[in-house]
Amino acid sequence: MAFKNVIKSVFLTCLAIFSLNVSFANSGKEKEKLEIMHHISDAHEWHLFGETAVYLPIILIDGGLKTFSSKELYHHGTVVNVQVPEGSEPIEYIANAELGYAICHEKIYKLDANGELTFHEGHPKNLKPLDFSITKNTLSLFFGATIILVLMFSTASFYKKNGAVAPKGLAKFIEPLIVFVRDDIAKANLPKSKYLKYTPYLLTIFFFIFFNNLLGLVPILPGGANLTGNISVTIVLATLTLLITVFSGNKNYWKHIFATPGVPIALLPIMVPIEIVGVLTKPFALMIRLFANMTAGHIIILSLISIIFVNENAAWGFLSVPMGLFISVLELLVAFLQAYLFALLSSLFISAAVEEAHH
Amino acid sequence: MDLVTPNLGLMFWTGLIFVLLLFILTKFIWKPILSAVNTREKSISDSLELAEKTMAEMKSLQSQNENLLKEARAERDAIVRDAKEIATKMVEESKNTAKTEAEKIITSAREAINNEKVSAMAELKIQIAEFSIQIAEKVVRGELSSDEKQKALSEKLASDFQLN
Amino acid sequence: MIYGSIAAIGAGLAVLGAGLGIGRIGGSAMDAIARQPEAAGKIQGAMIIAAALIEGVALFGVVVGMLGGAK
Repeated sequence: MAFKNVIKSVFLTCLAIFSLNVSFANSGKEKEKLEIMHHISDAHEWHLFGETAVYLPIILIDGGLKTFSSKELYHHGTVVNVQVPEGSEPIEYIANAELGYAICHEKIYKLDANGELTFHEGHPKNLKPLDFSITKNTLSLFFGATIILVLMFSTASFYKKNGAVAPKGLAKFIEPLIVFVRDDIAKANLPKSKYLKYTPYLLTIFFFIFFNNLLGLVPILPGGANLTGNISVTIVLATLTLLITVFSGNKNYWKHIFATPGVPIALLPIMVPIEIVGVLTKPFALMIRLFANMTAGHIIILSLISIIFVNENAAWGFLSVPMGLFISVLELLVAFLQAYLFALLSSLFISAAVEEAHH
Repeated sequence: MDLVTPNLGLMFWTGLIFVLLLFILTKFIWKPILSAVNTREKSISDSLELAEKTMAEMKSLQSQNENLLKEARAERDAIVRDAKEIATKMVEESKNTAKTEAEKIITSAREAINNEKVSAMAELKIQIAEFSIQIAEKVVRGELSSDEKQKALSEKLASDFQLN
Repeated sequence: MIYGSIAAIGAGLAVLGAGLGIGRIGGSAMDAIARQPEAAGKIQGAMIIAAALIEGVALFGVVVGMLGGAK
């Protein structure tokens, strides 16, 4: 019996490391699904374990700047259960009448004159103030940016101190990545005369995605947020690539879009919209690829860990922990691969825009 | 649907942080690091080039050395050959001189011998002539020692003449 | 007992297509590398790009599946 307990506790420790965000109290398939969806979405608090969470500041623009801690909502607010018709999903929200705001599905709404939210087909109809809160993902973004800056500044200071010598320590890790991006992404795809102009962007996007992907795989506080698996982040990154592509497009590039050589004029009214859609789908695919890959990775790991809680039996750890570990290791590869692909495809799109005519 | 609805706040923060990051990193990090890496790569390629050049130089030096060595060897061979030739010549010459000398000595010896022989013969002839004269004297003396003998001789001589 | 949503079937089909596609790419790349081992680096790069493009299409399917699943 003692032996069984030892195994149980070892497994539970492993699980605790892997799944701090999966509450032990929860059970059942639907609840796990909500839990997973909750983990991969943004939140105004950083849930640690059990009832403990880090409450993050909420910043609203609603006729002026308004800031307060999310504790005012989560902790001091009142939970309201909405009456729903039979058969549909239950809805609940947390309202703080003093502040005049309520939070429902991690979105902030302004309370109406009666101090409540009104729902229509499961969605609140109330006004939504502009929400610039430091959410879980924003905080993770700050952490990621800080890590990148610290790492990069210490790498740069190595070169400043020692001059152009063989790298040591941290520089030994960072430099091959920089050279990899410069040679295998920028130099390999962009024209020789122009690649240096775009290398800083490609380097920044590579390291930004790479480090944030890795940070997302760390299960405890500085990491664990699904930042690069959030559509808001990937849409910004993809838009930047789109803007750079469009603004560096040369005559040749626009000619291919608006007067594709070798296409009869009668076909141009069909071709031009297709080409314009083509310009937009490329960064759109970038956006979806990064978002879906990272989100899928998080969902898979959480689902494997959730097997235990769905079945309410620690013995399932024998299945779910090795598989979770395997997928975690695979996700390390994916973290690198997605950063590489984003930078690589960005460089391909830019090179299509700056390439000189060669026929 | 929440999953694929972009959130304005997060988009704002992401854009802000990313653009700041891009600016700071480009200005303070990528340029120094890339230039350091470039300098190093350049220095490495320069060193490689230098090494190659030095190697080529060394090779040419080596070939020069080899040429020198070859020349020296050829010279040595020539000297040795000359020396050998001279030696053989000298030997030959000395042999020849020795031979002629010997021949000369032999001829002179032969001449001397001949001379001696001739002089000896001459002496002998003289001696013999003397001896014959002495003998003839003695004989004549003997023949003419008595009247009878003188008479007999004259008779004999006369008979000889008579024969003629 | 059957439960779950039709979206799961959609996600499964998307994965099936992507698996076939990436499998073909991998197989062809192996063939090409076996034929020309000296071009392995270039073939790998092209392989990863092509695989990423296919995977992107498959992920569209998965995302649509997720939307269906999450309502």
